[in-house]
Amino acid sequence: MSRSHTLGGLAAIGVLGIAATAAYAAGPDLGNVTKSATNWPAIGMFAFFVLFTLGITYKAAKGTKSASDFYAAGGGISAGTNSLAIAGDYMSAASFLGISGLVYTSGFDGLIYSTGFLVGWPIVLFLIAERLRNLGKFTFADVASFRLDQTSIRIISATGTLVVVAFYLIAQMVGAGKLIQLLFGLPYLYAVVIVGALMIIYVAFGGMKATTWVQVIKACLLLGGATFMAGAVLYLYDFSLEKLFAASVQTHPKGDAIMGPGALVTNPIDSISLGVGLMFGTAGLPHILMRFFTVSDAQAARKSVFYATGLIGYFYILTFIIGFGGIALLMSDASYFKLGADGTTYDKLKDMVGGTNMVAVNLANAVGGPYFLGFISAVAFATILAVVAGLTLAGASAVSHDLYAMVIARGRTTEAAEVRLSKIAAVGIGIVAIVLGYIFENQNVAFMVGLAFSVAASCNFPVLLMSILWRDTTTWGALLGGLVGLVAAVTMVVLSDAVWVKTFGHPVALFPYANPALFSMPLAFLTIYVVSKLDNTKRAQRERAAFEAQFVRSETGIGASGAHAH
Amino acid sequence: MSTVQTAGRAAPPGADALATVELPDARLDRVSSNPIFQTLVRERTRFGLILTFAMLVVYYGFIGLIAFDKPLLATKVAGTASLGLLLGVGVIVFAFVLTGIYVVRANTRFDSLAADLTRSLAR
Repeated sequence: MSRSHTLGGLAAIGVLGIAATAAYAAGPDLGNVTKSATNWPAIGMFAFFVLFTLGITYKAAKGTKSASDFYAAGGGISAGTNSLAIAGDYMSAASFLGISGLVYTSGFDGLIYSTGFLVGWPIVLFLIAERLRNLGKFTFADVASFRLDQTSIRIISATGTLVVVAFYLIAQMVGAGKLIQLLFGLPYLYAVVIVGALMIIYVAFGGMKATTWVQVIKACLLLGGATFMAGAVLYLYDFSLEKLFAASVQTHPKGDAIMGPGALVTNPIDSISLGVGLMFGTAGLPHILMRFFTVSDAQAARKSVFYATGLIGYFYILTFIIGFGGIALLMSDASYFKLGADGTTYDKLKDMVGGTNMVAVNLANAVGGPYFLGFISAVAFATILAVVAGLTLAGASAVSHDLYAMVIARGRTTEAAEVRLSKIAAVGIGIVAIVLGYIFENQNVAFMVGLAFSVAASCNFPVLLMSILWRDTTTWGALLGGLVGLVAAVTMVVLSDAVWVKTFGHPVALFPYANPALFSMPLAFLTIYVVSKLDNTKRAQRERAAFEAQFVRSETGIGASGAHAH
Repeated sequence: MSTVQTAGRAAPPGADALATVELPDARLDRVSSNPIFQTLVRERTRFGLILTFAMLVVYYGFIGLIAFDKPLLATKVAGTASLGLLLGVGVIVFAFVLTGIYVVRANTRFDSLAADLTRSLAR
């Protein structure tokens, strides 16, 4: 049983850190938090979720025989289910807690993130989704290497995948540990081990089927919980947004300023670079791209994106209402704050119990009582679990399908051996994630999700898009372009304020912006273009000639392999 | 090069992807020189690019306003709600509507062209 002891000041500083570099509000950096009293209703509901999803995993494991079952759920996921899974991958604990917290502290500024995270989806639909489904099998490297050299392109794609997965996973693990300390009153290490062990079980036994259904259930719970909460807030204000806004403006220390843009975006270049990273990073996230192979055909892929865009947009509007509900309902209630030395005063923006990332959780208590609080806490934990499972599966696929089967064994392996290796890789990735989560407990991981999006936008996305759409792309072009994008994105982040100054302690940042995508992504495209143009090897000519067949299949699906087993 | 992989057939995992998808040259030429194929590709590519461009303009327009004209976005339009708030929600709705427009067009026009193409190739 844990004692409740507070390090409120630290928590507040950590949270403010997020608001300031809110470039990463999406990242689950919840700052330094403190362990709270053990929350039994929340643990009970979470235990129920875990038992239920383990039951599904057991059922999925029995139905998972072929490689197609394991990587792509046999291609048998419907468009509606897939859209919930895609939306689930996107609705992380951080976007739920982080964005509602950001709305709470800065009002309008929270919308900047919501929009940035959504606008990548239309791009995915218009340029990638259907072609990906027509060309691919299990991983996006299947598509990128369709007519290019298997070894080189799979190595660069798998590297891009693993880098994205690693940074994303570390951020999620650290966020999970801190959040669970706060919500459930469990020690950090327990939390990280529970998350790691469960994700290994889901992925290693249930493959894509279990991973998808865990994600779908969690998406329904999260959407249901958020809808109830936003509905309750609106009910209290007679379903009048005007009344809610008016009450918020009156209560908030910044007053009317919360209705307009605040301090979040001060540097235009940085905000555009953030937008580029969020928009095109979405189109390069390996765990999201994998979902397009779980549906039967291009039509279903297309519908998935449409529904998912609606669900995600709806969810962001809910978080906005929840944030304002927090302002209107919590700010004047001293019981949600740590009081100052005199026992009556508190800073509305800094002193919330558990930090401002707990706005949604505290609001759950305010509108629905302790059991609804337990429910929302359990959903937040489930959310982290579902997202890390998806990431682990994407990483394991890159190791077994791309690196092992295609590069090391050069296609001379059996389906069973490949799937077995995936499971081993899932266990390995899980263990590494637990260890890294533990090591990084007290490190600043806020930049990591931003870095994952930047790498996805600068390495995976250019390689994928150019190999699908541009006839003249050659292996050398794609390989070097992807490499340049990857190295540039990572280097720029390392030289930026978040790492160079805050982690390494150097006096000045060598790269002036927080987000590299505006520079690293065009650099990758330029490299692919120039190198491909200069490449006149025999292989390059063959690859250009092979474009026609790829083009016909990407546009029509003629010759496409159904992901389902026959 | 001469193997024909029937549509819908799953390639054995681990096999060289290229070999399983190679269409015989004659059939490939029949598809790519088919006028219906060319219409489909031309229309769909153009439509996708126009919608992509629209999304880019709207989103970066919004970000541009935030970066360069904050007072404009703070202007009141309806009671307490500001112009920025409406535009922000507008960007979200716009993204959803745009994907909807694409899906409707694809379900009707592009899918029917694709069906025509399949019929014409079967002849």
